[in-house]
Parts: sequence; C-alpha cells; structure tokens
Amino acid sequence: MLELKNICFKRDNKQILDHISFTIDDNKLIVITGPNGGGKSTLAKIIMGIEKPDSGEIILNGENITNLSITDRAKNGIGFAFQQPVKFKGITVYDLISLSLGKKIKFSEACNYLSAVGLCPRDYMNREVNASLSGGELKRIELATVVARKSSLTIFDEPEAGIDLWSFSSLIDVFTNMKKEISGSIVIISHQERILNIADKIILISNGKIKESGSKEEILPRLLNNTKSCKFLKEDNNG
Amino acid sequence: MDRKLNHLEKFMLKKISDIDDFPSGAFNIRENGKGIRRNTTKNINIVSKEDKQGIDIFIKENTKNEMVHIPVILTESGFTDIVYNDFYIGKNADVTIVAGCGIHNDSCETSEHDGIHRFFLEEGAKVKYIEKHYGDGEGTGKRILNPQTIIELKDGSSLEMETVQIKGVDNAIRQTSGKLGNETNLVITEKIMTHGAQFARTEFDVVLDGKNASTHVISRAVAKDASKQEFVSKIEGNTECYGHVECDAIIMDHATVKAIPEILANNIDARLIHEATIGKIAGEQMTKLMTLGLSDKEAESEIINGFLK
Repeated sequence: MLELKNICFKRDNKQILDHISFTIDDNKLIVITGPNGGGKSTLAKIIMGIEKPDSGEIILNGENITNLSITDRAKNGIGFAFQQPVKFKGITVYDLISLSLGKKIKFSEACNYLSAVGLCPRDYMNREVNASLSGGELKRIELATVVARKSSLTIFDEPEAGIDLWSFSSLIDVFTNMKKEISGSIVIISHQERILNIADKIILISNGKIKESGSKEEILPRLLNNTKSCKFLKEDNNG
Repeated sequence: MDRKLNHLEKFMLKKISDIDDFPSGAFNIRENGKGIRRNTTKNINIVSKEDKQGIDIFIKENTKNEMVHIPVILTESGFTDIVYNDFYIGKNADVTIVAGCGIHNDSCETSEHDGIHRFFLEEGAKVKYIEKHYGDGEGTGKRILNPQTIIELKDGSSLEMETVQIKGVDNAIRQTSGKLGNETNLVITEKIMTHGAQFARTEFDVVLDGKNASTHVISRAVAKDASKQEFVSKIEGNTECYGHVECDAIIMDHATVKAIPEILANNIDARLIHEATIGKIAGEQMTKLMTLGLSDKEAESEIINGFLK
C-alpha cells in the first residue's frame, strides 16, 4: 500500500502540489486525471523519487520512503513509465529489457515483452533505443521495459501520448493483463475516458489539489456530465 | 622461430585481436620489434620489407572470406617500435584484416609503437579493417601509440575501418587519410575512451576524387578525469560525392574535448555534412536507468558501455 501525506511542491512561486494526501491500496488500478498543468506528472515523479517534495511524507508498505533515492524506490517495487521516453546511444532494445529485468535473458524471453506491446521482436530487438525510432515505437518500448519489471506499484505518465498507430484496445490490454499477472497496483496519469473506464479509483487533481476522489462508478459519470470540470476531457477526446 | 605463447602474450592478443593463440589463416605476430611467427596461405602472402621494419601483405584477386591477423605487442619497456605495413588487395577480393597494438609496461620508461599502415585496394576489392589499441601495466612509464592509416581506393572498392582505443594509452595521435576513386565507399568508426591525464588526437583527412565516392566517419569518444581529446576532420569533395562526419563525445569530470571540422566542397554536386556533439551524460538517461533499479554508478557504466559498444 502506498500512502501520500500532505505532499507540497512549489516552484517559481507557483504551488504545484498543495497538501496532497491519498492512499493506493494493493492490487488496484488508479487513474489520476485533471487539466494540463494541474500537477499530475509532478506527483508521479515525486512518487518515483525523480522530484523531491518540499514537505509531506510518502509511505510504502509501512516504510517511510520520502528520502529514498530513485534506485532504492525501484528496488522496493516502484516502476515508472516516462511520458517522453528517454533515448540512448548504443543501448539496444534487448539491452534495455535485460536491464529492466536485472539479468541477461534469452532472446525468446525478451520477445514476449515486445510482442505484448505490439512490436515485432525480430524487427526491434537489436535496434538502438535512439532517435531513429518514432515517438510511437519509443513509447511502446518504454511500456515494455516497465511491464518487464513486474513492480508491485507501477506508475504510467500519460501512456496514451504518442501511440496513435497502435490500437487503443491493445494499450488497455497491457494494463488489464498486467493487473492480472503481477497482482500489483497500477497508477495511470491519463486524460482518456477509455483508461478512466478501467479504473478502480479515480482521483481528479486540479491546481495542485485533489478536487474529487472515489470509485469509477462514482466519479466518472460526474466528470463526463459536468461540463465545467471535464472540459479538458472532452477536448482531449475530441482531439 | 616457433614457440608457444606465454600467459601475458595470450592476454594481450586477446585484448587487441580477440585471439588467444596463433590463429588459423594468414598472420604475422610481432613482439618487441621482432616477428615471432608468420603464416601465409595460397591467396595471402606476407613478405618482410628489406629497407625498413615492416611487412608487405599481398592478397590475390578474388580472394574471398579470408582473414589476416597482424597484431603487435610490446612487453619490453623503454622500447620504441616503428613499423611500416603495406597491404595490396587484389581485384574483387573480400577480406578481413585485424591489426592492433597492445603495450604492457611495468617500468618507469616509455614504450612506444608507431604503426604506419597503407592500404591499396584494386578495383572492386572489399576490406574490413579492425584495429584495437590497448595498454596496461603498473609502471609509471608512458604508453604511446601513434597509428597512421593511409587508404587508396580504386574504382568500385570499399573499406570499412573499426578503430578502438579503450584503455591504458597515455598519448596517441591517430592519423587516417583516404583518397577515393569512382563508386567507392569508406566507412570509419572510431571509439576512444581516455582517463587520467591521457591525451588523444584524431585526424581524419579524406579526399573524394571519384564520382559517387562516399565516406562516413563516426567517432564516439568518452573523456574522463583530466584527459584531453582532439578530433580534427577534413573532407574534400571534388566531384559528385557524399561525405558525412559525426563526432559524438561524452565529457566527464575535468576532461576536455575539442572538435575541429573542415569540409571543403570543390564541386556543386558534393554533399558534405559535419556534425559534432559534446556534452555530459544526459541526466534523463541516468534517471531512466535508475528507475530500473540501477545505482548511479551502474547507470553511468551502462550508458558509457553502450555508447562505446
């Protein structure tokens, strides 16, 4: 279980996160949604340790991890899929999947992770994770490296961005399969109604504060019907 | 002349040529200024020069899928070895040549090897040339390597050169020049890592004389500690041709890297490109690998190993 207590984060005189508190129970799929610039991605980075909060505490399975490094959090079972996948020079797709698993693996084993994100392993395994890959390809490889880790808590920062060539239902399958296989929690930062639709719990963050939080059944209809609060949702879905 | 290789010799050969004993096929192994064993084949002859140190390697036309190993090792300190090796590659031959020099220096005296290699490729010949440089030993004596490679490509021939200097060389000036005929291709991939107070300078000078001649020079360099590197590349296009130089360097600690490009187009149809990027390891690369559970040191090592792979 992950618990956030009064997380605050301020930069350039702007209060990006203002006393955020919530819990993520085991084996749940949580979607954090809200307008752009509302603090969602910052919150995801704070959970992974990429950003440090100005105040507040992060408790993972009873242990205070607020001051732990990114590496230690990864070792404690937190995984993170970047919104903008990172590019390398010389490191191949196979290398990155092996690093995700923490060991050299058979080629056939690595293939499974690529197939799961809709990439033909034969075409991609030996390619460098560099700018020669398209944004959509990089995004799927990013997803594969994170799925391979089988973390007990995995955070996806806007996974739908850049996967336009891949059917959306395949992306949804990645999350539902992951939930079944690893029996861990999944946190997804998303604007997409179809991703909100698979959530156990939805948290709406706007202007650095939690505006609403509850089950999908409780929150989603309200988001979709409330023109004012869900303007961003409709814009994204129409775009 | 025949004898078995000792442990140090085998270790050095493995480092520079990926062999740990006398290889099959044509070879000439040189240690401390003397040849210790040579083998020739039906298609590949190796002859000692009479006027100076070195060998001439003659590869018959249409020779296919053969390898030539000509490694040099220096295990005696205070030794300067200058050697001239000339390769004559016959028409339509397709061969791999593995050279390289390893210096083991345990003393306070300087050890130096200057290898001057000239390649003359006849029409349609194809060569893959692999050259590795390595130094080790506990002594304070410097390990110096100054390789020169001179390449002449006749019409329709091509040469792919991989040159690697990863560790232990205190001072290196590497000069490579090429003169390319019609429909030729020269690809040079260089990987260098310097550390401590080492200095490495690379000079490429390629002249594209022939129609549709092309060259691609790729340099990846890592400079650590207080080491210094310089990368100078000159490409001259005299006809319809294509030249592309990519210099990509990671600097760490207090190291410095200087890239000096010079591209000269003497013809309206010459297309020449020079790219140079120098900078530290990208923070986001470190962050990504740390989210996979690697420590900062492990992440740094993976990024550098990948970069120089």
